[in-house]
Amino acid sequence: MSSEQETVCPAGAPEPSSIRLIGTLAVAGILSGIIIIAIYIATFEAIKENKARALRESVFRVLPDVTKMQKVLLKDGKLVVSYEEEKDEKPIYAGYDDSGEFKGYAIPSDGPGFADTIGVLYGYRPADRKVIGMWILESRETPGLGDKIYKDAAFVAEFDDLAIEPPIKAVKKGKKTGPNEIDAITGATISSVAVAKIINKGNDYWVSKLKPGEEPAYEEPPAPAGSEAEEAQAQ
Amino acid sequence: MAKDNQTFEEFMKGLWRENPVFVQVLGLCPLLAVTNSAINGLAMGLASFFVLLGSSILVSSFKSFIPKQVRISCYIIIIATFVTVVDYSLAAMLPVIHKELGAFIPLIVCNCLILGRMEAFASRNTLPMAISDACGMGAGFLFALVSLGGAREILGVGEFFGISLFGPNFEPWVIMILPPGGFITLGVMLLFFNWLEKKKINLDNQLAAEER
Repeated sequence: MSSEQETVCPAGAPEPSSIRLIGTLAVAGILSGIIIIAIYIATFEAIKENKARALRESVFRVLPDVTKMQKVLLKDGKLVVSYEEEKDEKPIYAGYDDSGEFKGYAIPSDGPGFADTIGVLYGYRPADRKVIGMWILESRETPGLGDKIYKDAAFVAEFDDLAIEPPIKAVKKGKKTGPNEIDAITGATISSVAVAKIINKGNDYWVSKLKPGEEPAYEEPPAPAGSEAEEAQAQ
Repeated sequence: MAKDNQTFEEFMKGLWRENPVFVQVLGLCPLLAVTNSAINGLAMGLASFFVLLGSSILVSSFKSFIPKQVRISCYIIIIATFVTVVDYSLAAMLPVIHKELGAFIPLIVCNCLILGRMEAFASRNTLPMAISDACGMGAGFLFALVSLGGAREILGVGEFFGISLFGPNFEPWVIMILPPGGFITLGVMLLFFNWLEKKKINLDNQLAAEER
């Protein structure tokens, strides 16, 4: 076979045929494909579980005293509970305490920040029309400056009790007067203002649709069909 | 015994004498991008180490089977496969780190250090030598990433691996964790290594002169 000649690569060795070149690449490609599929399948459940856990933790973070949550979708102007895993248009998450009493909605919203899109999850309680918590899901803000929007606990805490009317406004640090105002972070004004704007954007869409007294009641999720039972066992 | 020495030499060559970053100045893009903290540097270094070692083993084992006309494509397929394995494993096991490193894990594919070692070393040497070279270069890259990340984290945040060093009164030097800080730190470290090298050459010359 020609492989022996190439071991030493002597000058003037005959060119290997195109078939052999194509064959080598095809074999390499097929093997690589098999390995990639194997690792994808092997890690799929864990990655899915990680994402679900991250979401659950974020929801519990923006809604104080909440221990249960369910996904809620807006279908034909009505709020319906959903268990589907598919890609949804715009899900929000309803949070409940141990006794199943409704505590608030966690609403994801996003918009441009200083560096890239910032994804925000915030808690909203329709009964008193207040934002009750905020958490950054995604951001590429400048480390050391803009990333204070989630690293600075004082800034995050600004959103624990915030009126939404008139719209939330980020003001210069120490100039806060109204219940709808937050102190912007020094050196990260653009990021702070962006967070306020992103929440206002979410409110523009959702507040009129989330009327107090119309919250969906907590339903026990349907009996796990396969995958969830396995996950429970794995834990 | 002589062979053991040689493999050890190959290892030390990558770790120190021909350090991929401080001497060969390779693979700087991920280096500058992810080293704003020591832990990111460590994760990136370990990921690159694994890819380099795995690819070196495969390339060295199959070097007689791969025609030289398509060798680069084959190397890239091999490297890309290992990178995908690392990418998915990190996402499954260490989601926080995976999120932090973001696009730079897939970009290990185009790290010139790795392709360079395949072409320059693994494809021309026996398996044990290739393994020792890959370990050396991987460890050298890891060392560079952690020292750069550590230096930037200490100056820019006042922490090392997330542990606060200077107490609450420390005023962080924010520029160090921004991109310019990466260039400044790397420049200072290159300066230091070149100074060491120069000193060593002078010393060698002096010794040679004395022997004469």
